[in-house]
Amino acid sequence: MSLDNILTNWSRYRKGAEEGGFHEYEHQWGMVVDLNKCIGCNACSVACYAENNLPVVGEKRCGKNQAMNWLRIERYWDEPDLEPYKATPTANVDAWIEGNPPAKKTELKPSMPSSYLPGLLELEGKSFTERVGFDGIKSEFQDFGASFLPMMCQQCHAATCEPVCPVAATYHTPDGLNAQVYNRCIGSRYCSNNCPYRLRYFNFWSYYEDAWPEPLHMQLNPDLSVRDKGVMEKCTFCIQRIRVAKDKAKMEDRKVIDGEFSTACVQTCPTGALVFGDMQDPDSHVSKLWSYHQVERGKTKQSKENKELRGYRILEGLNTDPSVLYLERVREV
Amino acid sequence: MKYVNEKDINEEIKWAQINTDILQSLQNPRKAYWIAIAVCLAMLSCAVVAEVYQYQTGLGVADLNRPHMWGLYIATFIFWIGMSHSGTLLSAILHIIHADWRKPIYRFAEAMTTFSLMTAGFFPMLHLGRMWNLYWVIPYVSDRGIWPNFRSPLVWDAFAITTYLTSSALFLFIGMIPDLAICRDNVTGWRRKLYTVLSLGWQGTDRQWRHFRKTYMLMACFLIPLAVSVHSIVSSDFAMSIMPGWHVTSFPPYFVAGALYSGCAAIITLFILLRYFFRLEEYMTVALMEKTCKLTFAIAMVWTYLNLVEFGATWYGHDPVAKEVLISKFVGPFAPYFWAMMFFGSVLPFALAFEKLRRHMATMMVVSILLNVGMWLERWMIVGPTLSHAYAPEAWNFMWPSIVQWAIVFGSFGWFGLLFLIFVKVFPCVSMYEVKEMVFHRRREAHAEVAEKFHRRAADVQQATGRPSVEGA
Repeated sequence: MSLDNILTNWSRYRKGAEEGGFHEYEHQWGMVVDLNKCIGCNACSVACYAENNLPVVGEKRCGKNQAMNWLRIERYWDEPDLEPYKATPTANVDAWIEGNPPAKKTELKPSMPSSYLPGLLELEGKSFTERVGFDGIKSEFQDFGASFLPMMCQQCHAATCEPVCPVAATYHTPDGLNAQVYNRCIGSRYCSNNCPYRLRYFNFWSYYEDAWPEPLHMQLNPDLSVRDKGVMEKCTFCIQRIRVAKDKAKMEDRKVIDGEFSTACVQTCPTGALVFGDMQDPDSHVSKLWSYHQVERGKTKQSKENKELRGYRILEGLNTDPSVLYLERVREV
Repeated sequence: MKYVNEKDINEEIKWAQINTDILQSLQNPRKAYWIAIAVCLAMLSCAVVAEVYQYQTGLGVADLNRPHMWGLYIATFIFWIGMSHSGTLLSAILHIIHADWRKPIYRFAEAMTTFSLMTAGFFPMLHLGRMWNLYWVIPYVSDRGIWPNFRSPLVWDAFAITTYLTSSALFLFIGMIPDLAICRDNVTGWRRKLYTVLSLGWQGTDRQWRHFRKTYMLMACFLIPLAVSVHSIVSSDFAMSIMPGWHVTSFPPYFVAGALYSGCAAIITLFILLRYFFRLEEYMTVALMEKTCKLTFAIAMVWTYLNLVEFGATWYGHDPVAKEVLISKFVGPFAPYFWAMMFFGSVLPFALAFEKLRRHMATMMVVSILLNVGMWLERWMIVGPTLSHAYAPEAWNFMWPSIVQWAIVFGSFGWFGLLFLIFVKVFPCVSMYEVKEMVFHRRREAHAEVAEKFHRRAADVQQATGRPSVEGA
């Protein structure tokens, strides 16, 4: 620990802060999610659990919102003014099909977790079906109009989680990824509070103690760690796979080829709703989709020539500059 | 209006009497004191048990969850930091504007500042997932060249709070030196040894007084901007974030006003307790109580105003998400606590506007505690609703804090009480030398000729002995 070493490091740190992160990216990994193709099967989520050593936390902790689903499928019910569902009380479906839409309109409200606003947003029962699952959990759901939204870390280029971490445990890599250093994390959880997507998951317990009872521990992925209590974690775009691919390309003295590897969720998606790739490579599938849909990085509002193009980024108005492009679901109305 | 000419303090009181009255508070404690200590220890042990359990098991036992990453810990942290501000208000701000009525009551307020900071400091530590790595927030020179992230408001917090704690403890100590010398001259045993060391050889010479005054004034001037900046920085934990309901420009003044408010309410509570238990009616007079109440009322109105500004700005602003959070405060799951906060924070202080109520100690005791309940709720209403109702609808939910969180919050009051109880028995909780100054000035104003006869400068030659006076040392 020479004085020289300290001064060099300090000036490097200062310089980095002034210039605001990396300027020359080696890659910019990005994703495209086609909601037209998503069937809400949750296979991506399961693949993520298997690939990234995510603990299955059990019903009780899941009910307390302490689950670790890095990739979650959000389910939304249709808004009440979407046409076919507007005038369709569940009980009169048959009548409607026969061409006699009932005169009385029943309002449908978007579903919310029943723990939230219990008295206020009481669902009116008529339009929602109450069912008791095999495990005794009572659930309510609509018979029509569910939409699915797979949400994984958006790998924002202007990530709100990065500047607030007191120990710089989360930072931007030259790969254009928003990295989380488990070993550096002290668990202040500020990053999660400042993530507008709420996509950061905290190890509230030592989940590993009961998540993989023997012999299940044998299926853990050796390419990455099993996290202990007190650290934040989130989707990494399967950074372990990225590393392997980059190393292999380097050894073979070539660039990473598009489609050479993909993340666990992309690999698993049965309908091909997810596409992963390097956005710096103009020939990659991802880049082509982004440019086809006229969505550009670094903007808070896209100016599309063709308004029919489906591409959008979630909450991009907040200037988080996410790396995941969503393609709107189109339905007949 | 019949009390308009009421005196703040009896100016006929003899200086020796002042010493006697205040020093009796340091005498061996009575039974009630030990009971109070036991109660505080019991409360503290609740927190210790809860914290050990949480440390061993993980933060899951606090029932924190994904949107609710911060719960009562951070709310109570802001509460205690806020509590610390009024000591500085009384001791430094009122000092530089020469409001001498602060003199009999500032010492315990300043102690309150230091102790509430010592309480507040625990919360950001014990809310960490990996508390044992806390020191990574400090910019120590590391072999690996790793520094904390200076852009993070949490790092600013760490700097601001440690600076404020050091300065306010130093200010408390410096202001106490002449009194410690009086104690030293009046006690025996271990106390004498302690005060001899602490009084730093104070003799009360002109030279010492000159240095003392300068230092005290300098510290006061240093502490005022510090106090304001500390709570502004605490507010930037929220204001610097992107979350609706947190990302509010008016947060820094709002936090400072809230801080002074809860601090003043706590001063009223402790004022009444000390006045009653130490029989300090001569010093902590009803007139001073009235002045403190008026000050609290004024600050309460400032707080109310800033609160309404925040609501108004959100309501008429063009941020639908922030507005939704505001509406969820009004009618959502937090509504009972929100309206309780509005009642205790903005309606109840009108009790302080009535002379009859202000002068009734039992009423004021209840009111001041309820004001602080309101201020604690306010902090919870800052942290809770935004987390429960932010951008991502998937994560909308309501968290009721678990027994572990409540135990730690409860225990923090025990810890504060314990520190305060020890303080009032070891150190004079009323500033003797400053009460003398106050009496001196009031006497001179009232009867100039008597004052001329009785008071000389320390260096004046006494007629009887021919030696310089050491009175008042």
